[in-house]
Amino acid sequence: MNAALTALRAIVTREALRFVRQRGRFIAALVRPLVWLMVFAAGFRAALGLSITPPYQTYIQYETYIVPGLCGMILLFNGMQSSLSLVYDREMGSMRLLLTSPLPRWWLLFCRLVASTAISVLQVYTFLAVAWLYGIQMPTLGYLAVLPALVVAGIMLGALGLALSSLIKQLENFAGIMNFVIFPMFFLSTALYPLWKMAESSTLLRDICAANPFTRAVEMIRFALYAEPNWPALGWTVLAGLFFLALALWGYDPARGFLRRKG
Amino acid sequence: MTGRSAGLSARNVSYSYGSKRALDTVSFSIAPGEFAALLGPNGAGKSTLFSLLTRLFTTRDGVIEIAGHNLSKNPRAALARIGVVFQQSTLDLDLTVMRNLTYFAALHGLSGRGARARIDAALERLDMADRAQERARDLNGGHRRRTEIARCLIHSPSVLLLDEPTVGLDAAARRAITDHVHALSRDDGLTVLWATHLTDEIEDSDRLLILHRGRLLQNGNAGSLRGPTSLQDYFLAQTMEPA
Repeated sequence: MNAALTALRAIVTREALRFVRQRGRFIAALVRPLVWLMVFAAGFRAALGLSITPPYQTYIQYETYIVPGLCGMILLFNGMQSSLSLVYDREMGSMRLLLTSPLPRWWLLFCRLVASTAISVLQVYTFLAVAWLYGIQMPTLGYLAVLPALVVAGIMLGALGLALSSLIKQLENFAGIMNFVIFPMFFLSTALYPLWKMAESSTLLRDICAANPFTRAVEMIRFALYAEPNWPALGWTVLAGLFFLALALWGYDPARGFLRRKG
Repeated sequence: MTGRSAGLSARNVSYSYGSKRALDTVSFSIAPGEFAALLGPNGAGKSTLFSLLTRLFTTRDGVIEIAGHNLSKNPRAALARIGVVFQQSTLDLDLTVMRNLTYFAALHGLSGRGARARIDAALERLDMADRAQERARDLNGGHRRRTEIARCLIHSPSVLLLDEPTVGLDAAARRAITDHVHALSRDDGLTVLWATHLTDEIEDSDRLLILHRGRLLQNGNAGSLRGPTSLQDYFLAQTMEPA
């Protein structure tokens, strides 16, 4: 097998083994969106009336509306958690091992992204299966069509995490970034409410939501779940992904000495 | 294998953290099969030098050549020729020795039977063959270090870089590891750069590089440099801070 693919397979296997060991992480990643679905959405069902907007053909319940957003939430949290493990890796030294491999550095970092995205996608499918049992069922084709959308969104969000991990020197700072990145990204998006609903309260907030790459990722997933393409959302997600990836590669450039101690 | 066997050399290598100079025009050359001890007190710049040699950092000041490959011009060929043991352990403690080594082999593009044969040979070389299926967490400190040394041999490097590999080990384990690595340079012709601050790990026949405050103070045969005094006293005299 080609050297680059050998490394890819090994990095994905290692990530999968770590994941299997950390069952708590798996359960937490599943419980979080389920709580939102079964408690938050149920509570807000009456408060939030939703009109018919594409891709929906008919009135839908709020639970149905937030499922794509919760898929995005899993990808977002996992993308960040995986970079948290990168910061940890970096401090524990195994990142050094990865980066002293003779393979191109961009490929090694990309392998890490693919590995963490693969784990995230598995979690999203588990969540969708539980949601299906709960009664929120998408067209069968949607479950297939959503796969590429999840991969693209997962890589974009993972690349964001990777970029952040390269720029953050200490774990404490990272906890701050979780609050300043994850929550604004999630709440200022269409995960929980559609854009037009946001516009009713503030056009500025609507504009921020529209510019948020997480909104694009969620909309791409929403349409894909109904087996409909959303090309603009896909385009913006890919662009954002490339931008974050470039930022991550810049951050991990050895000339910048990302591993160096301060002082 | 590249067929090029020139050892390891650094010419006028400097590095600064902001305004603080960590390495100042450091130059040395280690021949194939030579064991060089890089001796320096804490904070002398040893780890910075290792980060530059392993390309975790790069610098524009100076040239590093590994097995004949210029590290900044041809980094991948150079990295393929070095085996590194970092100061901090880089084993995945929850994986077995074999899985840790298989992962490393894959990062160097090695898989399948070929990789397995190399791993078996490396473990055998370090007397670790019977521990292949043990979890890294269950090994003692000395055996973990030996696993890491075995790991850095898998891809048949020609240069070994070890950054204070005996930190935290008891005397017997330290002795065993020091002897193993001396044997690797003597018997297998590997170029070894061994960073330490412990003089008893150095043999008289070794090359001695003394690094202090980022500058290379001495570079020569350890036995000749120390003369009739003990290496410990010689080292202290060299690096003594003025009162």
